[in-house]
Amino acid sequence: MSETVLETRNLSRHFEGLAAVDGVSLSCRMREVHAVIGPNGAGKSTLVNLLSGDLRPSAGRVFLRGEEVTGFAPPRISHLGVGRSYQKTNVFLPFTVFENCRLAAQSRLGSSMRFFRPARRYRAVSEAAMRAIEQAGLHRQADKPVDTLSHGEQRQVEIAMALATEPSLLLLDEPLAGMGAEESLQIVELLKTLADDHAILLVEHDMDAVFALAGTLTVMVNGAVLESGEPEAVRASRAVQLAYLGDEHHE
Amino acid sequence: MSHRYQQIALLVAIALLLVFPLLGDRFYVQFVTRMLIMVVFASSLNLLVGYTGLVSLGHAAFFGIAGYIVALYSPEAHAAGFWSSLALSVGGAALLACLIGLLVLRTSGIFFIMATLAFAEMLFYLFHDTSIAGGSDGIYINERPILTIGGWVPIDLSNFVHFYYLVLAFAAAVILLLRVILQSPFGKVIVGIRVNEHRMRSIGFDTFRYKLVCFVIAGALAGLAGYLSAVQFGVVNPEMLGWHQSGSVLMMVILGGMGTLAGPVIGAFSLMMLEELFQSMTKHWQLLTGVVIVLVALYLPRGLAGLLPARPAGNGELPSAGSSASRSASSNTASTGGAPAGVQDRV
Amino acid sequence: MDPTIFLIQLLNGVQYGLLLFLVASGLTLIFGIMGVINLAHGSFYMVGAYLAWSLTQALGSFWLALAAGIVLSVVLGMLLEWLFIRHLYRRDHLQQVLLTYGLILVFSELRSILWGDDVHGVAVPAMLSGSIALTETLAYPVYRFWLSAICVLLAGLMYYLIQHTRLGMMIRAGATNREMTQSLGIDIGLLYRFVFAFGVALAAFAGMIAAPVSSVFPGMGNQVLILCFVVVVIGGLGSVKGALAAALLIGLIDTFGKVVEFELAGFQVLPELAGMSVFVMMAIVLLWRPEGLFSRRLR
Repeated sequence: MSETVLETRNLSRHFEGLAAVDGVSLSCRMREVHAVIGPNGAGKSTLVNLLSGDLRPSAGRVFLRGEEVTGFAPPRISHLGVGRSYQKTNVFLPFTVFENCRLAAQSRLGSSMRFFRPARRYRAVSEAAMRAIEQAGLHRQADKPVDTLSHGEQRQVEIAMALATEPSLLLLDEPLAGMGAEESLQIVELLKTLADDHAILLVEHDMDAVFALAGTLTVMVNGAVLESGEPEAVRASRAVQLAYLGDEHHE
Repeated sequence: MSHRYQQIALLVAIALLLVFPLLGDRFYVQFVTRMLIMVVFASSLNLLVGYTGLVSLGHAAFFGIAGYIVALYSPEAHAAGFWSSLALSVGGAALLACLIGLLVLRTSGIFFIMATLAFAEMLFYLFHDTSIAGGSDGIYINERPILTIGGWVPIDLSNFVHFYYLVLAFAAAVILLLRVILQSPFGKVIVGIRVNEHRMRSIGFDTFRYKLVCFVIAGALAGLAGYLSAVQFGVVNPEMLGWHQSGSVLMMVILGGMGTLAGPVIGAFSLMMLEELFQSMTKHWQLLTGVVIVLVALYLPRGLAGLLPARPAGNGELPSAGSSASRSASSNTASTGGAPAGVQDRV
Repeated sequence: MDPTIFLIQLLNGVQYGLLLFLVASGLTLIFGIMGVINLAHGSFYMVGAYLAWSLTQALGSFWLALAAGIVLSVVLGMLLEWLFIRHLYRRDHLQQVLLTYGLILVFSELRSILWGDDVHGVAVPAMLSGSIALTETLAYPVYRFWLSAICVLLAGLMYYLIQHTRLGMMIRAGATNREMTQSLGIDIGLLYRFVFAFGVALAAFAGMIAAPVSSVFPGMGNQVLILCFVVVVIGGLGSVKGALAAALLIGLIDTFGKVVEFELAGFQVLPELAGMSVFVMMAIVLLWRPEGLFSRRLR
């Protein structure tokens, strides 16, 4: 069994008394895609924000490779090998794809308090950026400003940026949102490849993609975990069918 | 105007500045010297406002403190050393920027604007209301500092032509320095912060540290301008760190076109010439300045440089600076209401 | 400190704080509803004071001057909104700062042209010119009590507006323009014009009623604006309670700072340095709770 990269214990976040995430305990191992599904408002994005440090938990703990990181700020989490993508595209729109990824790769320089040598002369950074761009299948778009790209391509930039920081854990918040069928297939293939050497926590609505990728499936409802386990077992669960899957499949 | 014409225009401008003292009389040489000092000052603010997206309304604090340092450091009867007084002034301004930066950078958006102005005004009252440096009248620098290199005096600071070339050299050096910094990894980080600070943090940059260093660099360069200004006038008063000074230099940055290296140069020259013209027309010249500022805010949000076509994209040179200014500005507005982007879509 | 002097300074501090609240709340209201940062807000305070001075002379009565001044400042506010401010709603803070900074210069010069650069005083209206004996040795001017009462009244009104009306609830929730229009059923452009005029009138009114207790001088607008900024930074935006508490705090610190002679570790602090105390307070708040004393933490 491979190494546990991410673990949460009783993770909770309240907004003015309302529990958006309520006592979630889950883990994610190397070379595993752990998919989190649930209806809108189930707290999936809040969960990702808690894991990336964008939000501070109200209670509970987060561990990365056994070390506690609860309440760490995003830059620190990032440097512990966590890359994330956002549900709503959150990149540097006026920059080119390459500039976006170069900036992400540059964060691995250790310090960017370097004032005199031009950034383009840091070969290792540029190469890491190009690797991420190629992995994400964007090499033909590398020199285009992101705001000139299609929605699907912008979603790919999200992933490419996360990859450029060379993470071991990827937190992907609905990477397929708003993508066409063909683009979705591409991304699913990409995620399959990435799963060979990453731990991936995937929040996604596209059930075909989820069942194609997930090694573990967690269903969240109202901020809490309803069911978690192997995808087929979860799919067969009566409670899940009633609460969530049932609606989708009998439409 | 194409890129090529811009290069020619730049060369012509440099040539004109180099030969100007040979043609102009004392008044005009000193006037252009003043404008060049403001170029340094405005360029330093541009680093904050135009590149990093930090709208500081208290930048005169660093300009003024450097002036006060050289004035207080200069002995009454004889001249201070140029290098030591310069180092003290610029270092003092940098130290002050570090202290103020540690406080104001904990805020953002409208709070940042208010806090920078408030701390600058604190210094204004400090020098205005107390007797540490002559109160509201200010203090004089009786003898200009002496520039020596191993006993040799290459430049006489009290000679207006010598001083002109010294200031010109400093202005050119500052612009070149900023150009180098902006191409460096650090430069890429600060521009990234302007465009999307939230994402910068999530890809692993502790943005506070970079903003602080940027604030200190800008403060130090403003200090250089303040030092030169104090030496030129031979007098320092609280107006030097008052908010009209801060507002005026902000105006220069925006009028010229923020986020471009040429912007502060164009802005400083045009605003100062305009003010000179207004002053020759009426005692209430500030009324006209105010009207011009209002009109610029309404009709020229991207400044005079915004009138020129943007450089073709993808030539590797500051890909983000000019063309993205308005876009990033609107994204800033969206996030300054309080919650960072990631918090808004939290459920 | 002598308890009598202490009590007087306490009352002065509270009164000054309430006045600051009046000006600062106009500033926050305009920012909270319209998203506009208005540097010229202090100018309206200055204009108010000069209006009180010139109108009292022209009309022969402080009360008539007050009434006329309110009408004039509302008209001024609506005019400014129509001419300038309405173009700024969708713009960056930077352009708002620039335009309203330009307005400061314009107002300052217009004041110089219309009223000159002299310092003036306005007499306390006869009706309120007496003093109330608080103790055997201490009497406090009726006018200052009246001034504080008016401020409290307006503060109550603002509190009601923010806490108990639908508009107030939407402001607190950070509603968008369209949501506001749909929910309130009124034209948002018109709402903004009235809000801006109300904010201008608040600042000008504060300047008018302050005129009899402080002198009327050219730099008074900038001075009050800076203090308002300190109040907003300390109190946090969008909270009436925060603004009120911060304004009272600043009022007290500023008032006591000017009379108390500080002695720190045997070192006599210059009395002029006491003016810094307000800014030291702001620095402490920024270190301790940079989001303001009364805002909720975000992350």
